[in-house]
Amino acid sequence: MTAIQINSVEKSYKGFKALKGVSLNIEQGEFFGLLGPNGAGKTTLISTIAGLIRPDVGSVKIHGHDVVTDFRNARKNLGVVPQELVFDPFFTVRETLRLQSGYYGIKNNDAWIDEIMHNLDLTNKADVNMRALSGGMKRRVLVAQALVHKPPVIVLDEPTAGVDVELRQTLWKFISRLNREGHTVVLTTHYLEEAEAMCQRVAMLKLGEVVALDSMQGLLRRVSGSQLIVHLKEGTLPEGLRPLVSHDEHGNGKGNRYSLRINAPGEVEAILARLRESGAVVDEMQMQQADLEDIFLQIMGDAKTGKGAL
Amino acid sequence: MNFVSVGFRTLFYKEMLRFWKVATQTIAAPILTAMLYLLIFGHVLEGRVEVYPGVSYTAFLIPGLVMMSVLQNAFANSSSSLIQSKITGNLVFILLPPLSHWEILLAYVSASVVRGLVVGAGVFAITAWFAHLSFAAPLWIIVFAVLGAAILGTLGVIAGIWADKFDQLAAFQNFLIMPATFLAGVFYSIHSLPGFWQAVSHFNPFFYMIDGFRHGFFGDSDISPWTSLAIVSVFFAVLAAVAINLLRHGYKLRN
Repeated sequence: MTAIQINSVEKSYKGFKALKGVSLNIEQGEFFGLLGPNGAGKTTLISTIAGLIRPDVGSVKIHGHDVVTDFRNARKNLGVVPQELVFDPFFTVRETLRLQSGYYGIKNNDAWIDEIMHNLDLTNKADVNMRALSGGMKRRVLVAQALVHKPPVIVLDEPTAGVDVELRQTLWKFISRLNREGHTVVLTTHYLEEAEAMCQRVAMLKLGEVVALDSMQGLLRRVSGSQLIVHLKEGTLPEGLRPLVSHDEHGNGKGNRYSLRINAPGEVEAILARLRESGAVVDEMQMQQADLEDIFLQIMGDAKTGKGAL
Repeated sequence: MNFVSVGFRTLFYKEMLRFWKVATQTIAAPILTAMLYLLIFGHVLEGRVEVYPGVSYTAFLIPGLVMMSVLQNAFANSSSSLIQSKITGNLVFILLPPLSHWEILLAYVSASVVRGLVVGAGVFAITAWFAHLSFAAPLWIIVFAVLGAAILGTLGVIAGIWADKFDQLAAFQNFLIMPATFLAGVFYSIHSLPGFWQAVSHFNPFFYMIDGFRHGFFGDSDISPWTSLAIVSVFFAVLAAVAINLLRHGYKLRN
Protein backbone atom coordinates (compact mmCIF):
# COMPACT_ATOMS: atom_id res chain seq x y z
CA MET A 1 0.00 0.00 0.00
CA THR A 2 1.17 3.51 -0.79
CA ALA A 3 1.51 5.62 2.34
CA ILE A 4 2.07 8.95 0.58
CA GLN A 5 1.25 9.74 -3.02
CA ILE A 6 2.56 13.05 -4.31
CA ASN A 7 1.32 13.85 -7.80
CA SER A 8 2.83 16.70 -9.86
CA VAL A 9 2.77 19.17 -6.97
CA GLU A 10 3.59 22.76 -7.80
CA LYS A 11 3.73 25.66 -5.35
CA SER A 12 4.76 29.27 -5.92
CA TYR A 13 5.28 32.13 -3.52
CA LYS A 14 4.97 35.56 -5.14
CA GLY A 15 6.44 34.38 -8.40
CA PHE A 16 9.07 32.10 -6.84
CA LYS A 17 8.44 28.47 -7.71
CA ALA A 18 9.21 26.47 -4.57
CA LEU A 19 7.98 23.18 -6.02
CA LYS A 20 8.07 22.42 -9.73
CA GLY A 21 5.89 19.40 -10.37
CA VAL A 22 7.13 17.03 -7.68
CA SER A 23 5.88 13.44 -7.91
CA LEU A 24 6.76 10.74 -5.38
CA ASN A 25 5.28 7.57 -4.00
CA ILE A 26 6.31 6.46 -0.53
CA GLU A 27 5.29 2.94 0.40
CA GLN A 28 3.90 1.84 3.74
CA GLY A 29 6.60 0.79 6.19
CA GLU A 30 9.38 2.63 4.38
CA PHE A 31 11.98 4.77 6.12
CA PHE A 32 12.25 7.47 3.49
CA GLY A 33 14.74 10.33 3.33
CA LEU A 34 13.96 13.67 1.76
CA LEU A 35 17.24 15.47 1.25
CA GLY A 36 18.36 18.69 -0.31
CA PRO A 37 20.16 21.94 0.40
CA ASN A 38 18.45 24.93 2.01
CA GLY A 39 15.77 26.30 -0.28
CA ALA A 40 15.36 23.02 -2.13
CA GLY A 41 11.66 22.85 -1.25
CA LYS A 42 11.75 20.12 1.43
CA THR A 43 9.77 22.03 4.02
CA THR A 44 7.31 23.30 1.41
CA LEU A 45 6.75 19.71 0.31
CA ILE A 46 6.29 18.54 3.90
CA SER A 47 3.92 21.42 4.60
CA THR A 48 1.92 20.37 1.56
CA ILE A 49 1.78 16.79 2.82
CA ALA A 50 0.68 18.06 6.23
CA GLY A 51 -2.01 20.33 4.77
CA LEU A 52 -0.29 23.43 6.16
CA ILE A 53 -0.10 24.87 2.68
CA ARG A 54 -2.19 24.08 -0.36
CA PRO A 55 -0.56 23.18 -3.66
CA ASP A 56 -1.24 25.39 -6.68
CA VAL A 57 -1.27 22.31 -8.88
CA GLY A 58 -1.26 18.59 -8.15
CA SER A 59 -2.42 16.53 -5.21
CA VAL A 60 -1.14 14.67 -2.17
CA LYS A 61 -2.77 11.61 -0.66
CA ILE A 62 -2.06 9.98 2.68
CA HIS A 63 -3.15 6.33 2.70
CA GLY A 64 -5.41 7.17 -0.24
CA HIS A 65 -7.00 10.24 1.39
CA ASP A 66 -6.52 13.59 -0.34
CA VAL A 67 -5.01 16.14 2.05
CA VAL A 68 -7.36 18.89 0.81
CA THR A 69 -10.66 17.22 -0.08
CA ASP A 70 -10.53 14.44 2.53
CA PHE A 71 -8.34 16.22 5.05
CA ARG A 72 -9.86 14.62 8.14
CA ASN A 73 -8.89 11.08 7.18
CA ALA A 74 -5.59 12.22 5.70
CA ARG A 75 -4.56 14.00 8.90
CA LYS A 76 -5.64 11.14 11.16
CA ASN A 77 -3.04 9.03 9.37
CA LEU A 78 -0.26 11.57 9.67
CA GLY A 79 1.99 12.80 12.47
CA VAL A 80 4.31 15.71 11.73
CA VAL A 81 7.25 16.99 13.74
CA PRO A 82 7.67 20.59 12.56
CA GLN A 83 11.10 22.06 12.00
CA GLU A 84 10.55 25.16 14.17
CA LEU A 85 10.81 24.76 17.91
CA VAL A 86 7.25 25.85 18.72
CA PHE A 87 5.33 25.33 21.95
CA ASP A 88 2.34 26.67 23.85
CA PRO A 89 3.65 28.49 26.93
CA PHE A 90 0.40 28.10 28.87
CA PHE A 91 0.65 24.36 29.42
CA THR A 92 2.72 21.60 30.99
CA VAL A 93 4.11 18.70 28.98
CA ARG A 94 1.30 16.37 30.00
CA GLU A 95 -1.39 18.99 29.32
CA THR A 96 0.15 19.62 25.90
CA LEU A 97 0.06 15.93 25.02
CA ARG A 98 -3.48 15.45 26.36
CA LEU A 99 -4.71 18.42 24.35
CA GLN A 100 -3.01 17.13 21.23
CA SER A 101 -4.65 13.72 21.73
CA GLY A 102 -8.02 15.43 22.04
CA TYR A 103 -7.56 17.34 18.80
CA TYR A 104 -7.23 13.95 17.12
CA GLY A 105 -10.44 12.78 18.79
CA ILE A 106 -8.74 10.59 21.40
CA LYS A 107 -9.87 10.66 25.02
CA ASN A 108 -8.19 8.91 27.95
CA ASN A 109 -4.88 8.53 26.15
CA ASP A 110 -2.68 8.59 29.25
CA ALA A 111 -1.32 5.06 28.87
CA TRP A 112 0.13 5.85 25.43
CA ILE A 113 1.20 9.34 26.52
CA ASP A 114 3.11 7.76 29.42
CA GLU A 115 4.76 5.31 27.04
CA ILE A 116 5.81 8.06 24.63
CA MET A 117 7.19 10.16 27.48
CA HIS A 118 9.07 7.15 28.81
CA ASN A 119 10.59 6.41 25.41
CA LEU A 120 11.62 10.02 24.91
CA ASP A 121 12.93 10.46 28.47
CA LEU A 122 10.25 13.01 29.29
CA THR A 123 8.62 11.28 32.26
CA ASN A 124 10.25 13.46 34.90
CA LYS A 125 9.21 16.59 32.96
CA ALA A 126 5.54 15.62 32.66
CA ASP A 127 4.29 18.34 34.99
CA VAL A 128 6.79 21.01 34.01
CA ASN A 129 5.58 24.04 32.07
CA MET A 130 6.77 24.11 28.46
CA ARG A 131 8.47 27.47 29.03
CA ALA A 132 10.79 25.90 31.58
CA LEU A 133 12.14 23.21 29.23
CA SER A 134 15.45 23.33 27.40
CA GLY A 135 15.50 23.37 23.60
CA GLY A 136 16.25 19.67 23.44
CA MET A 137 13.37 18.85 25.77
CA LYS A 138 11.00 21.00 23.76
CA ARG A 139 12.09 19.10 20.66
CA ARG A 140 11.23 15.83 22.42
CA VAL A 141 7.76 17.17 23.22
CA LEU A 142 7.28 18.08 19.55
CA VAL A 143 8.11 14.50 18.63
CA ALA A 144 5.74 13.22 21.32
CA GLN A 145 2.96 15.49 20.03
CA ALA A 146 3.33 14.03 16.55
CA LEU A 147 2.94 10.52 17.93
CA VAL A 148 0.01 10.91 20.37
CA HIS A 149 -2.50 9.49 17.87
CA LYS A 150 -0.24 6.61 16.76
CA PRO A 151 -0.15 7.76 13.15
CA PRO A 152 0.81 5.17 10.53
CA VAL A 153 2.81 7.86 8.71
CA ILE A 154 5.33 9.98 10.61
CA VAL A 155 7.05 12.97 9.05
CA LEU A 156 10.12 14.35 10.80
CA ASP A 157 11.28 17.72 9.48
CA GLU A 158 14.87 18.05 10.68
CA PRO A 159 14.09 16.56 14.10
CA THR A 160 17.69 16.58 15.30
CA ALA A 161 18.61 20.12 14.25
CA GLY A 162 20.56 21.65 17.11
CA VAL A 163 20.01 18.87 19.61
CA ASP A 164 22.47 16.83 21.61
CA VAL A 165 23.75 13.33 20.96
CA GLU A 166 21.63 11.84 23.74
CA LEU A 167 18.38 13.00 22.18
CA ARG A 168 19.46 11.82 18.77
CA GLN A 169 20.13 8.35 20.09
CA THR A 170 16.91 8.26 22.10
CA LEU A 171 14.92 9.55 19.17
CA TRP A 172 16.34 7.20 16.57
CA LYS A 173 15.92 4.21 18.86
CA PHE A 174 12.24 5.03 19.31
CA ILE A 175 11.58 5.96 15.68
CA SER A 176 13.36 2.80 14.48
CA ARG A 177 11.11 0.77 16.76
CA LEU A 178 8.01 2.44 15.34
CA ASN A 179 9.31 1.81 11.81
CA ARG A 180 9.88 -1.87 12.62
CA GLU A 181 6.31 -2.02 13.90
CA GLY A 182 5.09 -0.86 10.48
CA HIS A 183 4.98 2.94 10.69
CA THR A 184 6.11 4.79 7.60
CA VAL A 185 8.76 7.39 8.40
CA VAL A 186 9.70 10.35 6.22
CA LEU A 187 12.80 12.19 7.34
CA THR A 188 14.40 15.42 6.24
CA THR A 189 17.78 16.18 7.70
CA HIS A 190 20.98 18.01 6.97
CA TYR A 191 22.88 15.27 8.82
CA LEU A 192 23.51 12.97 5.90
CA GLU A 193 25.09 10.28 8.05
CA GLU A 194 21.73 10.00 9.86
CA ALA A 195 19.91 9.59 6.56
CA GLU A 196 22.47 7.01 5.42
CA ALA A 197 22.07 5.04 8.63
CA MET A 198 18.27 5.19 8.82
CA CYS A 199 16.72 5.53 5.37
CA GLN A 200 15.95 2.73 2.97
CA ARG A 201 15.12 5.06 0.10
CA VAL A 202 15.99 8.66 -0.61
CA ALA A 203 14.73 11.50 -2.75
CA MET A 204 16.97 14.49 -3.34
CA LEU A 205 15.42 17.85 -4.07
CA LYS A 206 17.09 20.77 -5.72
CA LEU A 207 15.36 24.07 -6.51
CA GLY A 208 11.92 22.50 -6.20
CA GLU A 209 12.61 19.43 -8.32
CA VAL A 210 13.41 15.83 -7.53
CA VAL A 211 16.91 15.29 -8.92
CA ALA A 212 17.46 11.79 -7.51
CA LEU A 213 15.14 9.06 -6.28
CA ASP A 214 16.60 5.70 -5.43
CA SER A 215 17.21 3.17 -2.70
CA MET A 216 20.12 3.99 -0.42
CA GLN A 217 22.12 1.10 -1.88
CA GLY A 218 21.30 2.23 -5.39
CA LEU A 219 22.52 5.72 -4.61
CA LEU A 220 25.71 4.47 -2.99
CA ARG A 221 26.41 2.32 -6.04
CA ARG A 222 25.86 5.32 -8.26
CA VAL A 223 29.11 6.93 -7.20
CA SER A 224 31.67 4.35 -8.07
CA GLY A 225 34.98 4.24 -6.32
CA SER A 226 36.34 5.72 -3.14
CA GLN A 227 38.22 8.64 -1.73
CA LEU A 228 41.96 8.57 -1.26
CA ILE A 229 42.89 11.11 1.38
CA VAL A 230 46.51 12.19 1.29
CA HIS A 231 48.29 14.54 3.64
CA LEU A 232 51.44 15.96 2.10
CA LYS A 233 54.34 16.77 4.36
CA GLU A 234 56.29 18.47 1.60
CA GLY A 235 55.48 19.74 -1.88
CA THR A 236 52.10 20.27 -3.48
CA LEU A 237 49.68 18.27 -5.53
CA PRO A 238 50.82 18.03 -9.15
CA GLU A 239 48.55 19.68 -11.73
CA GLY A 240 47.85 16.30 -13.33
CA LEU A 241 46.09 15.10 -10.17
CA ARG A 242 44.00 18.25 -9.66
CA PRO A 243 40.96 16.93 -11.59
CA LEU A 244 40.63 14.11 -9.04
CA VAL A 245 40.33 16.45 -6.06
CA SER A 246 36.93 16.42 -4.32
CA HIS A 247 37.82 18.27 -1.09
CA ASP A 248 40.81 20.55 -0.78
CA GLU A 249 41.85 21.50 2.71
CA HIS A 250 44.99 23.24 1.58
CA GLY A 251 45.95 26.20 3.68
CA ASN A 252 44.39 25.15 6.92
CA GLY A 253 47.69 25.42 8.73
CA LYS A 254 48.16 21.69 9.07
CA GLY A 255 49.88 21.05 5.78
CA ASN A 256 48.35 20.02 2.49
CA ARG A 257 45.45 17.59 2.71
CA TYR A 258 43.55 16.43 -0.36
CA SER A 259 40.66 14.05 -1.04
CA LEU A 260 41.08 12.38 -4.41
CA ARG A 261 38.33 10.46 -6.10
CA ILE A 262 39.48 7.06 -7.40
CA ASN A 263 37.59 4.34 -9.23
CA ALA A 264 39.69 1.32 -8.25
CA PRO A 265 42.32 0.51 -5.62
CA GLY A 266 44.85 -0.06 -8.39
CA GLU A 267 44.87 3.68 -9.09
CA VAL A 268 46.49 4.37 -5.72
CA GLU A 269 49.94 3.27 -6.86
CA ALA A 270 49.75 5.47 -9.94
CA ILE A 271 48.79 8.48 -7.81
CA LEU A 272 51.64 7.82 -5.37
CA ALA A 273 54.05 7.52 -8.29
CA ARG A 274 52.91 10.93 -9.63
CA LEU A 275 53.39 12.44 -6.19
CA ARG A 276 56.91 11.01 -5.87
CA GLU A 277 57.80 12.32 -9.34
CA SER A 278 56.70 15.80 -8.36
CA GLY A 279 58.83 15.71 -5.22
CA ALA A 280 55.90 15.65 -2.83
CA VAL A 281 56.29 13.66 0.40
CA VAL A 282 53.22 11.86 1.76
CA ASP A 283 52.88 12.15 5.52
CA GLU A 284 49.60 10.29 5.94
CA MET A 285 47.22 8.43 3.66
CA GLN A 286 43.86 6.74 4.04
CA MET A 287 41.16 5.17 1.86
CA GLN A 288 37.52 6.04 2.40
CA GLN A 289 34.45 4.53 0.76
CA ALA A 290 32.12 7.00 -0.94
CA ASP A 291 29.25 7.93 1.34
CA LEU A 292 25.95 9.73 1.02
CA GLU A 293 27.65 13.07 1.41
CA ASP A 294 29.81 12.44 -1.67
CA ILE A 295 26.74 11.37 -3.60
CA PHE A 296 24.79 14.35 -2.37
CA LEU A 297 27.52 16.76 -3.41
CA GLN A 298 27.91 15.07 -6.75
CA ILE A 299 24.18 15.05 -7.51
CA MET A 300 23.69 18.60 -6.35
CA GLY A 301 26.67 19.66 -8.45
CA ASP A 302 25.27 17.82 -11.45
CA ALA A 303 21.86 19.33 -10.85
CA LYS A 304 23.47 22.77 -10.84
CA THR A 305 25.01 22.08 -14.24
CA GLY A 306 21.86 20.46 -15.55
CA LYS A 307 23.26 16.94 -15.49
CA GLY A 308 20.99 15.65 -12.72
CA ALA A 309 19.35 12.33 -13.38
CA LEU A 310 16.43 10.48 -11.84
CA MET B 1 -20.44 17.65 11.33
CA ASN B 2 -20.27 16.91 15.02
CA PHE B 3 -20.30 20.07 17.15
CA VAL B 4 -19.65 18.13 20.35
CA SER B 5 -16.82 16.04 18.95
CA VAL B 6 -13.81 15.34 21.13
CA GLY B 7 -11.77 17.68 18.90
CA PHE B 8 -14.16 20.59 19.43
CA ARG B 9 -14.44 19.94 23.16
CA THR B 10 -10.67 19.76 23.51
CA LEU B 11 -10.04 23.02 21.65
CA PHE B 12 -12.83 24.69 23.65
CA TYR B 13 -11.33 23.38 26.89
CA LYS B 14 -7.86 24.53 25.84
CA GLU B 15 -9.13 28.03 25.10
CA MET B 16 -10.91 28.13 28.47
CA LEU B 17 -7.81 26.89 30.25
CA ARG B 18 -5.72 29.50 28.45
CA PHE B 19 -7.65 32.47 29.79
CA TRP B 20 -8.25 30.86 33.18
CA LYS B 21 -4.51 30.42 33.76
CA VAL B 22 -4.06 34.17 33.44
CA ALA B 23 -7.32 35.14 35.16
CA THR B 24 -5.82 38.22 36.79
CA GLN B 25 -5.25 39.70 33.36
CA THR B 26 -8.27 38.26 31.57
CA ILE B 27 -10.97 38.49 34.25
CA ALA B 28 -9.95 40.62 37.23
CA ALA B 29 -8.44 43.51 35.24
CA PRO B 30 -11.49 44.21 33.04
CA ILE B 31 -13.76 44.04 36.09
CA LEU B 32 -11.61 46.67 37.78
CA THR B 33 -11.68 48.85 34.65
CA ALA B 34 -15.49 48.72 34.48
CA MET B 35 -15.65 49.52 38.18
CA LEU B 36 -13.53 52.63 37.60
CA TYR B 37 -15.80 53.75 34.76
CA LEU B 38 -18.79 53.42 37.05
CA LEU B 39 -17.19 55.31 39.91
CA ILE B 40 -16.03 58.19 37.70
CA PHE B 41 -18.97 58.59 35.30
CA GLY B 42 -21.55 57.65 37.93
CA HIS B 43 -20.14 60.17 40.38
CA VAL B 44 -19.90 62.99 37.83
CA LEU B 45 -23.23 62.48 36.10
CA GLU B 46 -25.49 61.04 38.81
CA GLY B 47 -28.41 63.40 39.38
CA ARG B 48 -27.63 65.44 36.26
CA VAL B 49 -28.90 62.98 33.67
CA GLU B 50 -32.11 60.97 33.67
CA VAL B 51 -32.27 58.80 30.59
CA TYR B 52 -35.40 56.80 31.38
CA PRO B 53 -38.09 58.02 33.78
CA GLY B 54 -37.40 56.84 37.31
CA VAL B 55 -34.07 55.26 36.41
CA SER B 56 -30.93 56.78 37.94
CA TYR B 57 -27.92 57.41 35.71
CA THR B 58 -25.85 54.85 37.62
CA ALA B 59 -28.56 52.24 37.15
CA PHE B 60 -28.69 53.13 33.43
CA LEU B 61 -24.92 52.92 33.16
CA ILE B 62 -24.46 49.49 34.77
CA PRO B 63 -26.02 47.35 31.99
CA GLY B 64 -24.04 49.34 29.45
CA LEU B 65 -20.79 48.71 31.29
CA VAL B 66 -21.63 45.03 31.73
CA MET B 67 -22.34 44.63 28.04
CA MET B 68 -19.27 46.63 27.04
CA SER B 69 -17.13 44.30 29.18
CA VAL B 70 -18.81 41.24 27.67
CA LEU B 71 -18.17 42.47 24.14
CA GLN B 72 -14.60 43.65 24.61
CA ASN B 73 -13.50 40.53 26.45
CA ALA B 74 -15.15 38.18 24.00
CA PHE B 75 -13.24 39.93 21.22
CA ALA B 76 -10.00 39.92 23.18
CA ASN B 77 -10.20 36.19 23.89
CA SER B 78 -10.35 34.80 20.38
CA SER B 79 -8.27 37.51 18.73
CA SER B 80 -5.40 37.41 21.23
CA SER B 81 -5.31 33.61 21.29
CA LEU B 82 -5.11 33.40 17.50
CA ILE B 83 -2.53 36.15 17.04
CA GLN B 84 -0.33 34.72 19.81
CA SER B 85 -0.53 31.26 18.26
CA LYS B 86 0.25 32.63 14.82
CA ILE B 87 3.21 34.67 15.97
CA THR B 88 4.72 32.01 18.23
CA GLY B 89 3.99 29.35 15.62
CA ASN B 90 2.05 27.01 17.89
CA LEU B 91 -1.06 27.42 15.73
CA VAL B 92 0.41 24.46 13.87
CA PHE B 93 -0.90 22.24 16.69
CA ILE B 94 -4.44 23.25 15.67
CA LEU B 95 -3.80 23.15 11.94
CA LEU B 96 -2.22 19.69 11.78
CA PRO B 97 -5.04 17.66 13.44
CA PRO B 98 -8.28 16.71 11.68
CA LEU B 99 -10.29 19.60 13.13
CA SER B 100 -12.94 20.99 10.78
CA HIS B 101 -13.41 24.70 10.10
CA TRP B 102 -16.66 24.60 12.07
CA GLU B 103 -15.05 22.93 15.06
CA ILE B 104 -12.28 25.53 15.14
CA LEU B 105 -14.67 28.48 14.81
CA LEU B 106 -17.15 27.14 17.36
CA ALA B 107 -14.46 26.32 19.89
CA TYR B 108 -12.90 29.78 19.70
CA VAL B 109 -16.27 31.55 19.73
CA SER B 110 -17.68 29.41 22.57
CA ALA B 111 -14.66 30.10 24.76
CA SER B 112 -14.98 33.81 23.94
CA VAL B 113 -18.63 33.72 24.98
CA VAL B 114 -17.70 32.08 28.28
CA ARG B 115 -14.99 34.64 29.00
CA GLY B 116 -17.29 37.51 28.02
CA LEU B 117 -20.06 36.22 30.27
CA VAL B 118 -17.72 35.53 33.19
CA VAL B 119 -16.31 39.07 33.00
CA GLY B 120 -19.81 40.50 32.50
CA ALA B 121 -21.11 38.60 35.52
CA GLY B 122 -18.16 39.83 37.55
CA VAL B 123 -18.76 43.45 36.51
CA PHE B 124 -22.45 43.09 37.36
CA ALA B 125 -21.73 41.48 40.73
CA ILE B 126 -19.49 44.39 41.73
CA THR B 127 -21.42 47.29 40.20
CA ALA B 128 -24.92 46.12 41.18
CA TRP B 129 -24.18 47.32 44.74
CA PHE B 130 -24.19 50.92 43.55
CA ALA B 131 -27.75 51.14 42.21
CA HIS B 132 -31.10 49.47 42.33
CA LEU B 133 -31.55 47.35 39.21
CA SER B 134 -34.66 45.54 38.05
CA PHE B 135 -34.86 42.56 35.71
CA ALA B 136 -37.86 43.43 33.57
CA ALA B 137 -37.20 40.80 30.91
CA PRO B 138 -34.32 38.51 31.95
CA LEU B 139 -34.50 36.43 28.79
CA TRP B 140 -33.47 39.45 26.71
CA ILE B 141 -30.48 39.92 29.01
CA ILE B 142 -29.32 36.38 28.34
CA VAL B 143 -30.09 36.46 24.61
CA PHE B 144 -28.23 39.71 23.93
CA ALA B 145 -25.32 38.86 26.23
CA VAL B 146 -24.73 35.50 24.54
CA LEU B 147 -25.34 36.79 21.03
CA GLY B 148 -23.21 39.88 21.57
CA ALA B 149 -20.34 37.80 22.97
CA ALA B 150 -20.65 35.35 20.06
CA ILE B 151 -20.51 38.21 17.56
CA LEU B 152 -17.43 39.73 19.14
CA GLY B 153 -15.83 36.29 19.52
CA THR B 154 -16.38 35.75 15.79
CA LEU B 155 -15.05 39.20 15.00
CA GLY B 156 -12.02 38.30 17.14
CA VAL B 157 -11.46 35.18 15.04
CA ILE B 158 -11.57 37.28 11.86
CA ALA B 159 -9.22 39.89 13.30
CA GLY B 160 -6.86 37.20 14.64
CA ILE B 161 -6.70 35.55 11.22
CA TRP B 162 -6.27 38.83 9.37
CA ALA B 163 -3.65 40.43 11.62
CA ASP B 164 -0.01 39.51 11.11
CA LYS B 165 1.30 41.58 14.00
CA PHE B 166 0.12 42.65 17.43
CA ASP B 167 -0.08 46.28 16.37
CA GLN B 168 -2.46 45.41 13.54
CA LEU B 169 -4.69 43.69 16.07
CA ALA B 170 -4.37 46.65 18.43
CA ALA B 171 -5.42 48.94 15.56
CA PHE B 172 -8.46 46.74 14.93
CA GLN B 173 -9.33 46.95 18.61
CA ASN B 174 -8.59 50.65 19.13
CA PHE B 175 -9.95 52.05 15.87
CA LEU B 176 -12.94 49.77 15.36
CA ILE B 177 -14.10 47.83 18.41
CA MET B 178 -13.49 50.49 21.04
CA PRO B 179 -15.14 53.44 19.17
CA ALA B 180 -18.04 51.26 18.03
CA THR B 181 -18.64 50.16 21.63
CA PHE B 182 -18.30 53.62 23.14
CA LEU B 183 -20.54 55.16 20.48
CA ALA B 184 -23.20 52.49 20.95
CA GLY B 185 -24.89 54.05 23.94
CA VAL B 186 -22.93 52.58 26.82
CA PHE B 187 -22.88 55.94 28.59
CA TYR B 188 -25.95 57.59 27.08
CA SER B 189 -29.21 57.04 25.24
CA ILE B 190 -28.98 57.89 21.54
CA HIS B 191 -32.08 60.04 22.02
CA SER B 192 -29.82 62.52 23.77
CA LEU B 193 -27.75 62.89 20.56
CA PRO B 194 -28.37 65.37 17.72
CA GLY B 195 -30.42 63.97 14.85
CA PHE B 196 -27.45 63.33 12.59
CA TRP B 197 -25.57 61.27 15.19
CA GLN B 198 -28.75 59.44 16.12
CA ALA B 199 -29.00 58.36 12.46
CA VAL B 200 -25.33 57.36 12.40
CA SER B 201 -25.80 55.29 15.56
CA HIS B 202 -28.38 53.18 13.75
CA PHE B 203 -25.61 51.91 11.46
CA ASN B 204 -23.62 50.69 14.46
CA PRO B 205 -24.51 47.05 15.22
CA PHE B 206 -23.06 47.41 18.73
CA PHE B 207 -25.84 49.88 19.53
CA TYR B 208 -28.49 47.17 19.01
CA MET B 209 -26.61 44.70 21.24
CA ILE B 210 -26.36 47.17 24.12
CA ASP B 211 -29.86 48.58 23.65
CA GLY B 212 -31.43 45.10 23.55
CA PHE B 213 -29.41 44.04 26.60
CA ARG B 214 -30.50 47.13 28.51
CA HIS B 215 -34.13 46.43 27.60
CA GLY B 216 -33.84 43.23 29.63
CA PHE B 217 -33.20 45.31 32.75
CA PHE B 218 -35.60 48.23 32.34
CA GLY B 219 -38.21 46.92 29.90
CA ASP B 220 -37.48 50.14 28.03
CA SER B 221 -35.07 50.83 25.18
CA ASP B 222 -34.39 53.12 22.25
CA ILE B 223 -35.37 50.42 19.75
CA SER B 224 -37.72 47.42 19.98
CA PRO B 225 -35.71 44.40 21.24
CA TRP B 226 -37.17 42.34 18.41
CA THR B 227 -35.76 44.75 15.85
CA SER B 228 -32.43 44.68 17.67
CA LEU B 229 -32.50 40.88 17.74
CA ALA B 230 -33.15 40.68 14.01
CA ILE B 231 -30.35 43.11 13.16
CA VAL B 232 -27.89 41.50 15.57
CA SER B 233 -28.73 38.00 14.27
CA VAL B 234 -28.12 39.05 10.67
CA PHE B 235 -24.83 40.66 11.70
CA PHE B 236 -23.79 37.46 13.45
CA ALA B 237 -24.72 35.33 10.42
CA VAL B 238 -22.66 37.55 8.12
CA LEU B 239 -19.62 37.51 10.40
CA ALA B 240 -19.87 33.74 10.93
CA ALA B 241 -20.01 33.23 7.16
CA VAL B 242 -16.92 35.42 6.70
CA ALA B 243 -15.03 33.61 9.47
CA ILE B 244 -15.90 30.13 8.26
CA ASN B 245 -14.83 31.04 4.73
CA LEU B 246 -11.51 32.40 5.94
CA LEU B 247 -10.93 29.16 7.85
CA ARG B 248 -12.11 26.99 4.97
CA HIS B 249 -9.74 28.64 2.52
CA GLY B 250 -6.92 28.80 5.03
CA TYR B 251 -6.58 32.56 4.52
CA LYS B 252 -3.27 33.61 6.17
CA LEU B 253 -3.25 30.27 8.00
CA ARG B 254 -2.43 27.62 5.43
CA ASN B 255 -0.02 29.58 3.24
